[in-house]
Amino acid sequence: MEEYSITVVGIGNAYRSDDGIGLYVARQIESLALSGVRVVEGIGDGFALIDAWADSDHTFVIDCASSGAPPGTTYHFDALCESIPSNLFSGLSTHSISVNEVIELARVLNRLPRGLIVYGIEGKSFSAGIDLTPEVRQSANKIIGRIVEDIESLTRHKVTGGDNA
Amino acid sequence: MKSRTIKVDYLARVEGEGKLYVKIKDNTVADVRFSVFEPPRFFEALLRGRRFTEAPDITARICGICPIAYQMSSSQAMESVCGVTVSGPLRDLRRLIYCGEWIESHALHIYMLHAPDFLGYEDAITMAKDHPDVVTQGLKLKKIGNELMVLLGGREIHSVNPRVGGFYKVPTKEDILRFVEPLQWALEASLETVRFTSTLSFPEFERDYEFVSLRHPDEYPITEGRIVSNKGIDISTDQFLDTFEEIHVPHSTSLQAKVKERDDYLAGPMARYCNNFDRLPEVAQKAAKEAGLSEVCTNPFKSIIVRSVETVFACHEALRIVKAYKAPDKPYVEVLPKAGVGHGCTEAPRGLLYHRYEIDDAGIIKDARIIPPTSQNQKAMEVDLRQFVQKNLDLTDEKLTWQCEQVIRNYDPCISCSCHFLKLDIKRD
Repeated sequence: MEEYSITVVGIGNAYRSDDGIGLYVARQIESLALSGVRVVEGIGDGFALIDAWADSDHTFVIDCASSGAPPGTTYHFDALCESIPSNLFSGLSTHSISVNEVIELARVLNRLPRGLIVYGIEGKSFSAGIDLTPEVRQSANKIIGRIVEDIESLTRHKVTGGDNA
Repeated sequence: MKSRTIKVDYLARVEGEGKLYVKIKDNTVADVRFSVFEPPRFFEALLRGRRFTEAPDITARICGICPIAYQMSSSQAMESVCGVTVSGPLRDLRRLIYCGEWIESHALHIYMLHAPDFLGYEDAITMAKDHPDVVTQGLKLKKIGNELMVLLGGREIHSVNPRVGGFYKVPTKEDILRFVEPLQWALEASLETVRFTSTLSFPEFERDYEFVSLRHPDEYPITEGRIVSNKGIDISTDQFLDTFEEIHVPHSTSLQAKVKERDDYLAGPMARYCNNFDRLPEVAQKAAKEAGLSEVCTNPFKSIIVRSVETVFACHEALRIVKAYKAPDKPYVEVLPKAGVGHGCTEAPRGLLYHRYEIDDAGIIKDARIIPPTSQNQKAMEVDLRQFVQKNLDLTDEKLTWQCEQVIRNYDPCISCSCHFLKLDIKRD
């Protein structure tokens, strides 16, 4: 039977403190070595996101948010059903487009995966360094749990012939 | 007294942060300011005290669109201090990765940032609703440029593989040959891009520019050449600072540049094209002519066609290098430090990029000077704006504001690079 393919994309810069929270989540999920799950990180060019999810049934994107909300605040979007607010995520770099813009472009071009969940975690510190703020890490750990549950649910439905698309 | 102010506080579809302010008094443009408010980044200061071999990695961080340009100009400067010339297959590989950067950067600007201006869309996303095939083609072209950068640079942004003397690791012939087919597609797509951009409608506006670019005896310039202009400049790269000067203006965190004892000048695709039309391969010359371009283009709005012609060149050149590739014996030439001053000048996608370093016997950088293309073009942008607004005073504020933004986007400015710099204010009195 063909395996359900899931991609987890962590976005951010690991050397700018909480900006690396998306990478932290992705690496934790990678360490679980879940079957059918591919982890992608190191995307510097926003447009590359479209290629990152091109071959997968379901994709999770995790990025650090910077909207002024309390640190550790989490956001969950089903990108197939809703747009992501433009003030949440900054550009992947000053030279590239932001996660919400890439998603809108892919939506217009009909290049979204069958499932696309975006998690945001509000960061606190963006200074040079590799340490994560405790409250931000704590929220990330909860999101890891949710993603693992979602993956298990998606995979189980596939095995039992369910359809999550 | 009638007054009119047009301003854009945060320019869209440009890289970095800048703004525009135009004041019109009694139907005369009284003040034009193109301000960069991106904070200075002090790269030149943080290079001091570092080893000469670190310059390519540090300076690549100046720009996420043209990091290769920074790596190539800094490597060339260091090699010139130390008396080393990189030639043969290593030189070809440097041209190849640079072609990747041109393809990626030009496709991004043509399709995602500039075309929406001409087709009347706020951005590429809204344009994609009506022109999905155009945007898809742009993205595919850009991706091929990115993939060349990954192959030779290790990753698409801020490459880690180029070094002083060459590369840390070079690709096998097999790796390189995988690009023949994608580049053949890219060449066809770039020709289609020239045809597409030539159908756009352009505001009537011509200017008597001093076009400054590199010129090489045999090649369309990317990695080396003498610095020339259509108004008589013909110097070696080590004479850059004798010929050009940087000026600080109060309204910008980015220095402006001019020709000493003369005026503003223009670097970038239009300058390279004017000074080097005869160096373009036949396929690019033919595409330009069929698009209605003469050998000199002085309408900055048509820079989108020139950029497309240069994309044809970059795809053609990349294909030529890929087909002829023979892996070098060693991935780099050993470069030993020697005290002295070195200059590097290469053609970033948006224009001439000058580096100057002084290093000591141990290879420690004592002084660094970096003059990016957007700095050099800032003054020309302001002159364009002044002349364009003066000729188009009958336009409504809304239309004038839109076209003033276009005047800046014509340059594909890389504002972050220039800071060491977009917002538009048009004020009518």
